[in-house]
Amino acid sequence: MNKKTLTSERVKLEKHANEIRKQIITMAYVAKSAHTGGALSCVEIMVALYFTIMKVFPRDADNPLRDRLIFSKAHDAKVLYAVLAERGFFDKKILEGYEMNGGLLPGHSTRHCMPGVEVSAGALGHGLSMAAGIAYVGKIDKKKFRVFTILSDGECDEGSTWEAILFAGHHKLDNLITIVDYNKLQGFGFTKDILDLEPFVDKWKSFQWEVKEINGHSFEEIIKTLNHLPFKNGKPSVVIANTIKGFGGPKVHINQISSQYKPPTDEEIEEIFSEENS
Amino acid sequence: MRITFVHRLFEFAKKDKSIFLLTGDLGFSVFEKYIEAFPDQYLNMGVAEQNMAGVAAGMAIEDKMPIIYSIAPFTTMRNFEQIRNDICYQNLNVKIVGVGAGFSYGPYGHTHHGLEDIGILRTLPGLVIFAPGDPIETDLATKAMLRHIGPVYLRLGKAGEPNVHKKPIDFTIGKGIIIKDGTTITVISCSTLLYRAFQAASELEKENYSVRLISMPSIKPLDKDIILKSAKKTKAIFTIEEHSIIGGLGSAVAEVLAEAGSPVRFKRIGVPDQFTKVIGSQEYMRKANELSLEQIVKTIHATYEN
Repeated sequence: MNKKTLTSERVKLEKHANEIRKQIITMAYVAKSAHTGGALSCVEIMVALYFTIMKVFPRDADNPLRDRLIFSKAHDAKVLYAVLAERGFFDKKILEGYEMNGGLLPGHSTRHCMPGVEVSAGALGHGLSMAAGIAYVGKIDKKKFRVFTILSDGECDEGSTWEAILFAGHHKLDNLITIVDYNKLQGFGFTKDILDLEPFVDKWKSFQWEVKEINGHSFEEIIKTLNHLPFKNGKPSVVIANTIKGFGGPKVHINQISSQYKPPTDEEIEEIFSEENS
Repeated sequence: MRITFVHRLFEFAKKDKSIFLLTGDLGFSVFEKYIEAFPDQYLNMGVAEQNMAGVAAGMAIEDKMPIIYSIAPFTTMRNFEQIRNDICYQNLNVKIVGVGAGFSYGPYGHTHHGLEDIGILRTLPGLVIFAPGDPIETDLATKAMLRHIGPVYLRLGKAGEPNVHKKPIDFTIGKGIIIKDGTTITVISCSTLLYRAFQAASELEKENYSVRLISMPSIKPLDKDIILKSAKKTKAIFTIEEHSIIGGLGSAVAEVLAEAGSPVRFKRIGVPDQFTKVIGSQEYMRKANELSLEQIVKTIHATYEN
């Protein structure tokens, strides 16, 4: 690709990211919902996966050849729904039913609630085991698909996550790619104050994973990193994506615990949408 | 029961290549032949039951039929949330096999006793629960489990359980089995105490009780009709199980009787609501919990004659 196509590609991705942020914030506003900061922190990752990296079939969502995405940090389902709608898996109008009575989109994403939602999750520390089970079958049945999974940093507190990390490393699941949305804020404080994950890269390495650390808001870095998978033959790949909780959302909540809980106010909505239009 | 289970599994694994046995690092002297015959349908998951259940869910999503195996408390409680969310909520074709029902691992101490598994699992929608009472039932329950599409829990004893059934039986999901019919009292039992219930019935018959003895290997779904018929036909119903009296077979039968407004006299015989402080063999532990043959017969007498 020459520089010009690269730039126009980037512009497109930025446009999708902006639209998805708008949808996330609208869902949070309408449903008076929590869990917005962690949805905003992985927008670029999700856009890059669904628009550039993963093989997906929006009109044939269960096509066996597809790459699977296991969205383990399912409390941030707003971003999953918004990106699936933006990619054409279902009508954007359905996003209006997020967390609403009788709506189709539960606060924590549920298997097949909409095409493209691969698993039910919500209790932390479950997604990586399921992803590893899928990847294991992919290996033994010699399938070409890859399994991507998005973890929160908070769910790396869970012992079950580390059981799955141990398992995937031991079985050399190099068709499994984990991306940790490392926004460094969990439910009730900063990870470093609650249960420090550092040295995080070393931990994954010592469990036989190949690790890359990137800026999770840079399309350039995300795509460059995920363009060549696995990072190493015979090893599962993990991306520690340094991100900012609440990125691109109401300024008052950026990198604050409040981004996990507070739905946007009328003023914040006005601020964000007017900025976008200007 | 373990051996019967693995024999039947072996037969199915030959034909059905989607069968995949996962063990939580257990199976010494049980799985060796299976592993040798089907190395590509077996995985030792290590001592990591949560991951085992989650990986099984992932495999079932990709059309395998995983069977997860460990001692009952480890494969039902340690990973209960994975069973609830990953397996049952997603209605996946995963089979859960717990060995060591009741006090099968008596001397090992409380951590290894299987006394709450039915109680907690009964709360999960869509999960079929089998608690076979002898090797014949175990064989048929294993067959039924592997033919059923959807999550199943199979509760097994350990080794040496005697056969109760003397003639061929009809094993159907959701159906009880009448071992003998009678008019004085009904005894309903399952799992590792079925034989004890059979012995108790024989003792009581010597004293001119006419005993209707029912085996209830399918705990969920439960055979409500057979319970309600028993309530009409006999003067008292007793449940006998090697499980906490809270939540197990006795509770399930009580729910049916209470909601039907049945006036029949009813008593749950099981492990009282207490941690057993002594340790010993399965029989020793039963005695410590009023579950020896003499104690059970005495309890039935005392309840019926009052």
